[in-house]
Amino acid sequence: MSLRLPDGGRLIDRSQTVSFTFNGKQLNGHPGDTLASALMGAGRTILGRSFKYHRPRGLVASGAEEPNALVNLGQGKTHEPNQRATTTELFDGLTATSQNHWPSLEWDIGEVNALIPRFLPAGFYYKTFIHPRAFWKHVFEPFIRQSAGLGKAPDPKQTDPDRYEQFYAHTEVVIAGGGIAGLQAALEAGRAGARVILCEQTGHWGGRAPVDGVEVDGKPAEAWINDAVQELEAMENVHLRLRTMVAGVYDHGYVIAYERVSDHAPASDIPRHRLWRIRTARVIAATGALERPLSFPGNDKPGVMLASAMRDYVVNWGVAPGARTVVVTNNDDAYRTALALLDAGLAVPCIVDARPRAEGALPQQARARGIRVLTATGIAGVKGLRGVVAVQLCAQDGPGTVTEDVVCDAVAMSGGWSPVVHLWSHCGGKLTWDQDGAFFRPDPDRPPTDQHGEGFVACVGAADGALIATSTMENASIKTRKMLSEIGKMVSGSVPAVTAATEAPMRPVWMMPATAGPKKRAKMWLDFQNDVKVSDVQLAAREGFESVEHTKRYTTLGMATDQGKLSNINGLAILAQALDEDIPRVGTTTFRPPYTPISMGAIAGEARGTIFQPLRRTPIQGWHEANGAHFEPVGHWRRPYCFRRKGESHRAAVNREITATRTSLGLLDASTLGKIVVKGPDAGRFLDMLYTGMMSSLKPGRCRYGLMCNENGFLMDDGVVARLDDDSFLVHTTTGGADRIHAHMEDWLQTEWWDWQVYTANITEAFAQIAVVGPKARAVLDKLGSDLDLSNAALPFMSWAEGKIGGFDARVFRISFSGELSFEVAVPASQGRAFWDALLAAGAEFDATPYGTEALHVMRAEKGFIMIGDETDGTVIPQDLGLDWAISKKKPDYLGKRAQERPHMTSPDRWKLVGLETLDGSVLPDGSYAVAPGTNANGQRNTQGRVTSTYFSPTMGRGIAMGLVLHGPDRMGEVLEFNTTKASPKGETPKTVMARIVSPVFHDPEGEKQNV
Amino acid sequence: MSDATVSALKGAEARGLVTLRDAGLTGMVTLRADLATAARAVKRVTGADMPGLRRITQGQGCRVAWMSPDEILILCEHATARKLAFDLTEALTGQHHLALDVSDARAMMALTGEPGPLRDVLAKITPADIAALPLGEMRRTRLQQVAGAIWFETETEARVICFRSVATYVFDLLAMSAREGGAIGYH
Amino acid sequence: MLTFRCPCCGIDACETELAPGGEAHLKRFGPGSSDDEFEGYLFLRPNVRGVHFERWRHAMGCGKWFLAARCTATLEVFGTYPAQVSAPPPDILAAIRAKRPDWSLT
Repeated sequence: MSLRLPDGGRLIDRSQTVSFTFNGKQLNGHPGDTLASALMGAGRTILGRSFKYHRPRGLVASGAEEPNALVNLGQGKTHEPNQRATTTELFDGLTATSQNHWPSLEWDIGEVNALIPRFLPAGFYYKTFIHPRAFWKHVFEPFIRQSAGLGKAPDPKQTDPDRYEQFYAHTEVVIAGGGIAGLQAALEAGRAGARVILCEQTGHWGGRAPVDGVEVDGKPAEAWINDAVQELEAMENVHLRLRTMVAGVYDHGYVIAYERVSDHAPASDIPRHRLWRIRTARVIAATGALERPLSFPGNDKPGVMLASAMRDYVVNWGVAPGARTVVVTNNDDAYRTALALLDAGLAVPCIVDARPRAEGALPQQARARGIRVLTATGIAGVKGLRGVVAVQLCAQDGPGTVTEDVVCDAVAMSGGWSPVVHLWSHCGGKLTWDQDGAFFRPDPDRPPTDQHGEGFVACVGAADGALIATSTMENASIKTRKMLSEIGKMVSGSVPAVTAATEAPMRPVWMMPATAGPKKRAKMWLDFQNDVKVSDVQLAAREGFESVEHTKRYTTLGMATDQGKLSNINGLAILAQALDEDIPRVGTTTFRPPYTPISMGAIAGEARGTIFQPLRRTPIQGWHEANGAHFEPVGHWRRPYCFRRKGESHRAAVNREITATRTSLGLLDASTLGKIVVKGPDAGRFLDMLYTGMMSSLKPGRCRYGLMCNENGFLMDDGVVARLDDDSFLVHTTTGGADRIHAHMEDWLQTEWWDWQVYTANITEAFAQIAVVGPKARAVLDKLGSDLDLSNAALPFMSWAEGKIGGFDARVFRISFSGELSFEVAVPASQGRAFWDALLAAGAEFDATPYGTEALHVMRAEKGFIMIGDETDGTVIPQDLGLDWAISKKKPDYLGKRAQERPHMTSPDRWKLVGLETLDGSVLPDGSYAVAPGTNANGQRNTQGRVTSTYFSPTMGRGIAMGLVLHGPDRMGEVLEFNTTKASPKGETPKTVMARIVSPVFHDPEGEKQNV
Repeated sequence: MSDATVSALKGAEARGLVTLRDAGLTGMVTLRADLATAARAVKRVTGADMPGLRRITQGQGCRVAWMSPDEILILCEHATARKLAFDLTEALTGQHHLALDVSDARAMMALTGEPGPLRDVLAKITPADIAALPLGEMRRTRLQQVAGAIWFETETEARVICFRSVATYVFDLLAMSAREGGAIGYH
Repeated sequence: MLTFRCPCCGIDACETELAPGGEAHLKRFGPGSSDDEFEGYLFLRPNVRGVHFERWRHAMGCGKWFLAARCTATLEVFGTYPAQVSAPPPDILAAIRAKRPDWSLT
C-alpha cells in the first residue's frame, strides 16, 4: 500500500494541509502536491480502470505522460473528464472521481473482459460486429457505446462558468521546457539579446535534475536553478511562464502554448486557461526525455511504476507506492531509484537487471549499500490481484521459467529513455535511430523548415538524446548558440560544469523474458491507456498490418492522449521483431499536436456569449430590439423578420405588415444593403464588364437594375445602380453581398484591369437607408418637408435626387422591391435613428408600419422579383430566370458571358423560372420537387422542377410560389405534382401537392402601383 | 441635425486593466488617388504632409493616415468632414481620384492605461505584433473576427477603429480583454 | 499557419489576415475563345507540388491583392510581389532558382 513518508518532499509544504475528495471520500494532502502524489500519500493505489478490459490501474508516471490516472475533476458546471492526476496541482476543495468503472472502482463488472482477453484481441471490433447487419442498431451499437469512451461527458445543459482568453505574442526564440537544458538555453539566448519566451508545463523550474542528484558548478542543481531563474527574471528580453505547455509547433514559426492560469488556484474572475498564439523565428525544444516501461507479464498492475516516476514521488512529494520495491531495469539510471528509496528509509529487496553485467558506478554504489543485484534476470510475472504482492523472477534470455518469488508491494521499472521529440516532429522534422541508446532522436539534417526554407526547431539536452546530465548542459549551450548565430545573435562564455554519476550502456530489452510464450505475451502491456499488449501488435503483424501507421490504427497503440509518449518505441520494436526488420526501417508514427490535450475553452477563447461572433448592427437596431422585432440572421446582420405586437403570431404580424404597406405606408430598415461608390474615367466601362446589362449608358440622376455574374456565368448578386455624375456610380448590392462584391470589384481592378482608371469605396455603413413604401409614401415625405420636388414628374420611377428631407441630409432613390410607390432614403448613419423616429412620427396618421424581411420577401414574390439565394444557388444563370431583358445583347463581353455560351448553359432543357399556384390554395413546401414519371438509376423518382420561393400571400389570399421547372415557361397552365415530407397517417407514401404553372408575377402585372 | 447625431457606441465606457471609452463621432474622409501626385493638394487642404507607409501625419485640425498605396484616411472634426471631402475633390480637379466623407461608416474607441497592460489588452485580440507598433503608425489588422485599425497616440493611449456595425462587438471584445484578473505582464 | 510579407504595405501578415485567391497569372479567355481555351482558363489547374505562384489579398489589412511564389511541399516562400504583372518578375525567378536550381518556369 502506498504511503506518505515521515519526512522529505522538496515541493510540498508539510506545515499546511489541503483537503480534497476522491470518489466522495475526504482526503488530505499538502500544498505543492499533485492530485497524484496526494492520492498516493493517502494510500490510494487504484485510481482508474483501463479502457478495454477494465483492469484496475494505478499511477505509472509522474507527469504529462501518465496513461492511467485520468479522473473526472470538479462537479456540475465545472465538471471535466479525463484530467491527469499527475498534472493536476492540489488545491483546497478539489473534487475528483475515478472513471471507467461500474459499479465501483474496487469492484468492476467489466473486469470480466480481462478474464477473457483472448476474446478482445486487436481488431476484435472490426471483425466481430459485422454480421448480421440487422444486429447493428439494437445489439452491437448499444454494446459498443456502453463500453467505449473514458470519463463522463459534461452535462450539455450546464454552461462552463469559467473564463478563457487568447494572447498573441511575437518573439525570436520560444523555449519549451524549464529543466536545466531549457534554463541554460534561455540564459544563452537572453544574454545574446534575443527576445525569448521560456515555457515550463509544470509549476516549478528545473525539471528532474534536482531529483537525480545532479550538481552544477559544484553546487546542488537546485541552487544553480534558482540562480538561473533569478538572472532570467532580471532580463527585459526574456519572458518566463510557468504552467504553460508548448502544445504544438506549426508552419512558419507558429507556436501554440497552453497556459493553465488558475487551475491550481481557482478564483472567480481570473481566466482559467489562456491560449498563446506565438510567432517566433526559432523554437528550442528542451523537452527532456521520457522513461519507457518494460514489457514483462503483469506490468500494468497497480504498484508497477516507472523508476524515474517513483524517484520523483519520493524526492519531490515525500510519498511512495510501497514499502518494499523491486527495481527492474536494463540500464544504470534506474539504480538511482533504488538509492533514493534507501535514502527515504524504504526497502529494496533486489534490483533485477536484464543485462549480463552491471558494473557501473551506480550498480556498485547499490551493492555497496547492501542491495542484492541480479543480472541477466527478468520478471516472469507479478503476483497480486489489485496490487503487487510479489514478483516472479526468471532468466531474461529464456521462456520465463520461474526461479524465485520475491515478496514486494511495488515495482520500479525502466526500459531506457526516449527523447521527447514531439515539437520537432509536429512540423515535419525527421528522426534518426540512435543505436546505442535505442531511441529516435532528431536528425539534424532534416529539420522542420520555415518560410525561408531554414530549419527553425532545435531539440536540446535530453530531447536531443543527450540523456546523461553531464552532457545535457553542454548540448543545450552548443545547440542554442548555433541557432542564435542563424538569427544573427552571438554569445560566448563558459558552459556550467555538471557533475553526475557516469552510466554504463543500456541494453535494449523489448520483451521480458526474451522468449516468452503466447500466454505471457498476452499479459505484457505496451499501451496502458488503450490496453494494447505485445500479443496484439504481433497479431496485427501476422494479419498483414506491416506499416506502423496501419498497426497503430488497427491496435490503437499510442492513440488518444498517449501520442506515443510511453508506448511508441516499445510498440515499434515489437512490430519490428515480428516483421524481422530493423526498427528504423519500420519507421515511426507521426506525432501530432497538441502534446497533451488542451481545453475546448482555451480554443474558443473569449468567443462566447455576446462576442461569440460579431453581430452587425444598423443605426436603427436599438429601435427594433425595443419594439418586438423577431430577428433572422442575414450574413452577420440580424434583420427584423417581423415586428410582433402583443398576442400576435409571426404569421399575423407579417400579414398585417404587408397589408399596411400595400394599402397605406410601410417602413423598412434597408441600411444593410451594400453601397459601393465606383468612380473614374473607366467606371462605366468597368460596370459594363461587371453587370450583364449596360451601365455606361445610364444618365446621371437615373437608376438601373443590374445582374452580376461570376466568370462561371452564374448569378452572384443583383441590385440597383445609380449614376451620381459623369464619372461616378453608386452600386447597391444585396445585404449579404457588400463585402463580397467590393472584394470582387477590387480583385478585377487590381489583378486584371489594373490600367483602368477606377476607384471604389465601400460606404455601406456610412448611411442608414430606409425604404418608405406604399400609397402614402410621398405624403409622409411631403409632410416632413423637403427642398426636393418629389413628384412623379420631377422624380420619376428609377431616378434619384439629393437634398434635405425633414432637415436631414438625404439621398432619395425611387426604387421599389415591393411593387408599391417607394422612396429609399439614405441619410448619414449618425442621423439614421433620428430620421427613423421622424418618419414614424410623421407617418402616424398614415398608420406607418415598420415591416420586416418576411413581408419584404412576400411582397417581392408577389411581384415575381427574384431573390439572390432563393432563386439562385450558385448554379443558376440569368437566362434560367427569364431575365434575358437584363442582359445586354450589344456588349462584346461581360463577366460570365463566355460561360453562358457553353453548351450546357444554352441547353433548352435547363429548368426555368415560373410561378406556381397550388390547386387547393395551400403553401407549397420550400425546396419541394416536382416529380416526373419513372425512376432514375438509383430507383428514385425522376424530377422535373423544384420550388425556390414559397409564401402565403395575404394580397392574393393564397399560397404563391416560384420554382424552376423543365421547359416551364412553355407549359403555362399545366399541373405538376410536388412532394411533401408529410407522411400519411399510416406511414405509407407521403402526400403530394398539385400546383399549376402560372406567370411569376402575381400582383399588379402592369406595374402601375410603383409608377405613380 | 447636430442634436440628433449619435455615434455607434453612444459614449460607452468600461474600466478594467485599462480604461476603454467611445471616442465619439469623428470626421473621416477617405481619399483614393495616386498619393505622390495628390500630395500637394492634400497639403493645401489639410496642412498635412502625405504620410509614408503606414504613418500618420499631423495637419491643421486634422490628421492624415496612410491606408494603402493609393488610399489615405483623413481624421478631423465630424462637422468639417463633408466640406473637407468637397475641398479635396475641388483641389484634385483634373486628377483621377475619389474623395468621400465616410465619417459615419466607422466607430472609434480610446484605450488609456499603463503602457504594459495597454499593449497586453490589445494583444489579446489581434495577431499584429503589438510590441513592435511605434507611436504614429496605424496598423490595419484583424480584431479577432473583424477588420480594424490600431495606433498609439502616446505610450498610455491607443485608438481603435472598426466599422460602425461591429462597434459593439469590438467594444465588448476589448472590455472582456481588459477585465480585471486577466493581467499578463508580457509587454 | 503561413505568413507573407505584403508587398503593398510591408506588413508580415498572418494567414488569418489574408484571403487566398488561387493560382496567379491566369490568362483570361472571354467571348470568342474556344471551348478548350475557356475550360482551361476556368477549371484546369496543374495543382503543382513544388513552386507555385498564387494570389493573396491582404483582406484584414491594406486590402490589396498581391502575388506570392511559394513551395507547396515545404511552404517556403520565395518572394511576394505586387499583382500588376502578367508573369513572375525576374527577381522572384532568380530567388526561386537560387533555392531550387532544377526548377524551370513551364
